[in-house]
This record gives sequence, structure tokens and C-alpha cells, in this order.
Amino acid sequence: MEHNRSPYPDAVTFQGPRMLGICSLTSSHRNTSLLVLVTSMTYLVAGFTAKKLLRSVVSQGLVKLNWGMLCLLMNTSAADLPTKYDLFFRIQLAINVQIPVEYGGLGGKAVYIDTEGSFMVERVYQIAEGCIRDILEHFPHSHEKSSSGQKQLQPEHFLADIYYFRICSYTEQIAVINYLEKFLGEHKDVRIVVIDNVTFHFRQDFEDLALRTRVLSGLSLKLMKIAKTYNLAVVLLNQVTTKFTEGSFQLTLALGDSWSHSCTNRLILYWNGNERYAHLDKSPSLPVASAPYAVTGKGIRDAVSSHHKRARVT
Amino acid sequence: MANMPVSEMRLPPHLAHLLAARRLDTAKDVLSLPEVELMAILDAGLPTARAAVALVSEAACPPYQTALALLEERVRLGGGVRLATTLCGLDEALGGGIPMGKLTEVVGPSGIGKTQFCLKLALLAALPEYYGGLDGRVVYIDTEFKFSSRRMIEIGQKSFPQIFRQEGLAQKMAGRILVTRPTSLADFTKSLEEMKVTLLQHDVKLLIVDSMAALMSLENEKATAGFRQHPLRWTLSFLKSIAEFSRVPVVVTNQVRSQSNDDGYHFSFEVDKKDGNKCAERFDSHLVAALGIQWAHAVTVRLVFESHSGHRFIKVAKSPMSPAVAFPFIVESSGITLLSDESIDVTGPGITSIHCQGQNVLAR
Repeated sequence: MEHNRSPYPDAVTFQGPRMLGICSLTSSHRNTSLLVLVTSMTYLVAGFTAKKLLRSVVSQGLVKLNWGMLCLLMNTSAADLPTKYDLFFRIQLAINVQIPVEYGGLGGKAVYIDTEGSFMVERVYQIAEGCIRDILEHFPHSHEKSSSGQKQLQPEHFLADIYYFRICSYTEQIAVINYLEKFLGEHKDVRIVVIDNVTFHFRQDFEDLALRTRVLSGLSLKLMKIAKTYNLAVVLLNQVTTKFTEGSFQLTLALGDSWSHSCTNRLILYWNGNERYAHLDKSPSLPVASAPYAVTGKGIRDAVSSHHKRARVT
Repeated sequence: MANMPVSEMRLPPHLAHLLAARRLDTAKDVLSLPEVELMAILDAGLPTARAAVALVSEAACPPYQTALALLEERVRLGGGVRLATTLCGLDEALGGGIPMGKLTEVVGPSGIGKTQFCLKLALLAALPEYYGGLDGRVVYIDTEFKFSSRRMIEIGQKSFPQIFRQEGLAQKMAGRILVTRPTSLADFTKSLEEMKVTLLQHDVKLLIVDSMAALMSLENEKATAGFRQHPLRWTLSFLKSIAEFSRVPVVVTNQVRSQSNDDGYHFSFEVDKKDGNKCAERFDSHLVAALGIQWAHAVTVRLVFESHSGHRFIKVAKSPMSPAVAFPFIVESSGITLLSDESIDVTGPGITSIHCQGQNVLAR
């Protein structure tokens, strides 16, 4: 592990080989990928493992991050490919952001905006438990030091720090994003906003496509402004659709080309053989690269060799 | 919330009058416009338009909850209860059974046992709680005319002989299952709308749609590819909202169709890698689920029924609560039975593929 100049010395030991950073990458089926536009909090660099990913997340933390970036999560799925892993991913984000500062996390709260109703609370509880177990495993010595911190390490506390909005139409979606500015002013410790499926409603009811483009660009500007003003990460989920280019059908972002411009970073999740990979497709400062990861009962973790005993969900 | 009238929003009078004068009567009207256009319509400055948007948004925004409150509410409403399928291995994998308030999809090639599964579920939901059922009514939407009450009674008699020996219980159970047979999508939509009220009034505990794909294929003849999605999307969101609103499990059956190559399933950066395999894949046709990507996104739990190596399997292909596992099963007179409660781990992309080779004959 290379030497790092983290302002949080404990973060060195926290960089366990098994926990990925905030924008954990879920592996996906070959045809199921997540396009994730990540903030500069998560750097996916060729050849780096999750260790370095976490290091960059934690050490650069609030100090150097360029907060004005937008995350876009895109969820692609071919006809027969379900997309359960993106759910894990989003939930992992919401949980990871709450890791207390003394353990190398951000100690913040999360806002989760759900448009499809796919948020499963029981699964969130499981992932929170898994996260806490890993923290305790990696910081056994710091228990005595921070007794108050340890009291906070209950899954219920993690759950209490996730603000959940359920929206049922695009009007409500626009209303929520507008309202977020006021909400975040009142809740200053929110560090991440996850919007699950920003495209779902816009693909259904909008007849006037030009108007849709204008409304969406207004939305993305607002989200960027929020990310910058309140110093947080915005993660959006999107869908994919097929496009006929270069003589064959390929997968591409939904909502058109103009929407794909408003994202700063993009991360694609896909299957590569039997392993799940994340591929950084668009980033202002990092080269294109891929890294493997795995989904376990505890949530998203670093990929281990294929001969491990898989953790089962109980 | 989207159609909330502006008059109910308690805006400051000058804004309320301004919006009313320009006939922006609902939240949807105001929020669908970009700021600049709103300014032009209201003939007001940017601060006014912004203030109007902010106030309308705050009023139209749904209230938030913390995840902890959600969990507590779930527990309080007895949401931990699921519809147990009595297939022990499957129930364990799904965390108790079919989840309430979510869409569950059952997909597989024809003749594999999807309707048998649905019949069993319908029976289970109608059973009294004492026997592990939900003690409620069931709405069974049958588009392919496959529902057979005789078969259902047979399943009941073989699976729960002690219950069905009692006089009149079989009739009572059958009386709880309401079967409708819509012949077109419009019919289906209409009955869905009427359903919303019925679900609450008559204590319905399960909604089964068998099968969704048959309805959609009727519409395909007249529609172009792009338009085809619209009726599906509406139906989809309506089903989801019914499920969530009334907290009943909704089980939907889906069909399969063939796909001859992998077109449309790769990203541009992946294409180069695949070139080497292109020749082999071109002649290999495989099965994919019908109804498309949007449908695959929207369902919460997906059970794939398939057959290969001489056996039939139920695969839990998509579920937030379970790993990718498969169970072998057979169809007998008492319905579907698992051959083994030990799940088989399925690694890699295989979890979402559907196989259909050499089904074995129904065991009798």
C-alpha cells in the first residue's frame, strides 16, 4: 500500500481490501451495465484496486474534491437481463456516505429520491450491518478511543440518516429537485443525493421532445448548482436504449445526446466473462479504465478470486 | 400531487393571481416549463418566476421519510409477512416468499409450468391463515384462457388433503378467486381501473396476471416499434402503483421469444472485443424474455423457469434479497414441487439466460 498523505490517519488501516469507496461499482451482467457518472470522489484508474479507490475517496475527501460535478448512473438492461445489482449499488452509496469520520468516511447523511419504488428497506438494513461489521473488523483498536462514535454504529442510525422521497410523476420529480435547495439549506450534513432513475417518468409522458430536452437541461443545471453549493455528490440513475450506429445496434444513454452532455463522469458496469467490471467511460481528469468488483451479502465489495466461498444472503 | 391546483397552494396573493391569470392552474403546468419560458408567459422578471417555481415546488413535493421510519412502518403494517410459496428452498431464497407491494415476474418458455405456479399461488392466498395462507381473495386475470378450476381443486386436494376433506371448504376457497378474461388491452386497462376500488373493498390479497405478454402481442400488429412501448409503460406504472398502494403482491407471467444474435446488447467499447466471437454467435439463437427492457427494469423479483440437462429449474434471476440461485422442480398432480431444497449457485451472466432444451415428460 503506498504512502498517503491523508488528513485522517486512521484511514490507512481502514483501507481494507474489501470495501469499495463511495461509488462502489457493482458488477453487472454482460448486458446489464450501470453507467455511473461519478463525482471526483471516486477515481477509477487503470490497474488500481479498490484500495486505492478508497484511498482517493477518503484522503481527498472534502479537501481537494471538485464538488461541482454530477454523477449519472445509467442502468442498461437488455430484454432478458434483470438489473438487481444497480439497486445494491445505489444503496451502497447511501450507506457508505455515513461512515463516521473517525473511521475514514464522511459521516454524512444521504438523500434518496426513488421514482420507481425499488427501494427495499430490508436490504438497506443488511448492507448497513455488513458495513458496520467491516468497520469493526478493521478498526478494532479504535473502539476504546471513540466510545461515542461506537454508539453510533448501529444499523438503525444509518437508516435514520437516509432521507427518502418517493415520487410518482415527472412533475413531482421537478418539484423535488427544486425543493432540494431549501431542504439542503436546512439539513447541512447531507453529503450525497441519489436519484434513482431520473429517466423513468420522462420517457413515459412527454410528447413534446424539445420541451423535454429544455426541462432536462434545466434540471441538470440545478443539480450541478446544488452539488457545488452544498459540497456534495449527486448520483443519478439512468436507463439505456439501443441505437443503430456503425452498422450495428449498440447500447447508449437514454434521453438523448443532450442529456449525456450534462454529466461529468460516466461509469459503465458490465459483465466480462464471469466477472463484473466497472468501466470509467468519461472523466475530465482520469484515463479510461476498468476494475472488477463483486456483490455479496454485505453489499458491494472488491472482487476476489473465483474460488472463494461466496457470501450468502441470510 | 402533480395535479394539485395552484389555488390550494397558499401562495402569496400576487403570485397566485399572476398564475391564475395566465391559466397555469396546476402544479404540472407551472413546473413543466423551463424558467425562461415561464418568465415570458408571466411577463415578469426572473426573481418572480424563480419565487413562483420554488413555492410551487415546495407545495407539490411529496413529504420525505427517513429509511428508519420506512422500516418501522413496514414492520408495523405487518409488511414483514410475505406470501410463502410452500417451496421451502425458494421461500428461503426470497426471504420468506413473494414480497408484498411489489411486482414479481414469472418468465419461461411455453409449457414449463408458469400457469401451474400461478394456480398454486392463488390457492395459497385463499387459504385460511391457520394453514399458512393469506385468508383473502384473489384476482386472477387470465388472458390465455388457461385457468382451470378443476385443476386448482385437484392441486388443493393433493397438497392439503386435510383441509379439502372438510365439507364446503373447497367451494368457499374457489369462491374467493375472481377470474376475469379480458380480450384486449383496452379491456384489461378498464378492468384494472375498476380493480383499484375492488382491491380495497373486498380484501384482495393477491393479483395474478397470466399472461402479460399475450395482451401486448395483440397490440403489436397495429403499432410501430416506438409506439408499442406506450401502452406497456402506462400499464406498467399502473400495476406498480396498485401494488404499492394496496400492498398486495402482484405476480405477472411473461413469455419468451427468440433472439438470433447479440445485437443491441453491447456498448461501443465492448464491440471490439466481441469481433472474434461474432461468427459463432450469429448462428446461435437464444431465448430472451418478451416485453423488453423497460419491463425488465420495473419488476422487482424475476423468476426464470427453464429446462436443460433433462430437468426443469426455477432461477431467482432478479431479487434484491437473494443471491443468484436455481432449484430443480417437477410438475405433479399437487402442483409444482421442488426436487431439492438445496439451491444451486449460478455464477456469471448465466443467471439471466433462459434455456429450453429437452424437457422431460410430466411425471405422473
